[in-house]
Amino acid sequence: MIAIVDYGAGNLTSVKKALDQMGYECAITSDPSQVARAEKIVLPGVGHFASTEALSRSGLRDAITDAIVRGVPFLGICVGMQWMFERSQESPETPGLGLFRGECERFPASVKSPHVGWNDLQIDSSSRLFRGVQPSSFVYFTHSFRAPVAEATTACCEYGGRFSAAVERDHLFGVQFHPEKSGDAGLKMLSNFCVL
Amino acid sequence: MLTKRIIACLDVDGGRVVKGVQFVSLRDAGDPAELAKAHAASGADEIVLLDISAAHQHRATLLDTVRRTAAQLFIPFTVGGGIRSLEDAAAVFSAGADKISINSAALANPVLITQIAERFGSQAVVVAIDAKRGKDGSGWEAFTHGGRTTSGRDAVEWAREAESRGAGEILLTSMDRDGTGSGFDCELTRAVADSVRIPVIASGGAGGAQHFAEVFCNGHADAALAASIFHYGFSHLADLKKELAAQQIPVRWPC
Repeated sequence: MIAIVDYGAGNLTSVKKALDQMGYECAITSDPSQVARAEKIVLPGVGHFASTEALSRSGLRDAITDAIVRGVPFLGICVGMQWMFERSQESPETPGLGLFRGECERFPASVKSPHVGWNDLQIDSSSRLFRGVQPSSFVYFTHSFRAPVAEATTACCEYGGRFSAAVERDHLFGVQFHPEKSGDAGLKMLSNFCVL
Repeated sequence: MLTKRIIACLDVDGGRVVKGVQFVSLRDAGDPAELAKAHAASGADEIVLLDISAAHQHRATLLDTVRRTAAQLFIPFTVGGGIRSLEDAAAVFSAGADKISINSAALANPVLITQIAERFGSQAVVVAIDAKRGKDGSGWEAFTHGGRTTSGRDAVEWAREAESRGAGEILLTSMDRDGTGSGFDCELTRAVADSVRIPVIASGGAGGAQHFAEVFCNGHADAALAASIFHYGFSHLADLKKELAAQQIPVRWPC
């Protein structure tokens, strides 16, 4: 079973709908024990970085951390990906998981923010998440903060400078865009994660 | 590069699409779910479903329509029409919408924008503005209730307030151009787009590919909405995107 973690931030039905459509067994849950038993974990999220504090309060952060140590595949989407970094300027006092080094920052004043719409990716062909995905695919973004380009970056995007659209290391995956809203390319990425 | 979005709009009454669109391959050309899927397949970057039912008893029908449409749609999906409260919005999100669009209710009760944004995020709140040029020719006024009632508010100033209250996007319809096919109102669109930091979707007046190119280049629009692309002489939404790509407008093509 794939656990889609519900921590009260945003709309999770679209992720579930995409996995349902492709026939992967999944459940939306806010129960740490169910997350602990999951074969894979998806952490969606739209909204404010501070909303991830609910994960600590509810025991979900510990369940996720334990699962990651055991090698359970993990996919963070949007704020869920940003949470995998050390912190974000959006809420400096809220600790991220620190799985990837760096701090999420605001877009420069030279571009409109939030970054909303379809932008193209520069994909690292060695990525497992992007297997079978066209190297310059368009995906759908909606966010006001962005993660820096890091060693683990597997897809870059350009908007007021380059930023991390996707990161990947071993069984850890993060995407800033919304694969569940990115048409066939996005569904392929979700499917790649689900079959790991 | 961030692309300019082409948004397909479905006007729905009692669960049926009312403006004529003829996809020959469809079993049921009036079914919003089938039409949305077909638009997505031909390159629409986003779908907006606008409920124009006057009767409130159609609410259950609308939610069922949203549920069926969302089930097969993997691009952003906005639902508008008749959303008057946080509860109305919550029901539409729970049926599968990614964003809601509010117009009259936002003007009557601007706090609603903030309430929905705080619960579902600003990215989920589209404020729709129906704007009409003032009688003296200067500026534009925001109208409500399908363009029947004046709000007395300046459209540009209202857009700025909507942004400050938490709106994530502005859907700007020119009432002067709507249905004319004479092109988007680039002056209006630019006035709003240059006054806010959030994306502006231009609507009303499209009659050909050139009009889309103009509203992106001269109107500074981030996206443009087309209610029934077939009325513009295209057999496919894909043809419009091909044409725009050929004119060096950044669009998601091929997709």
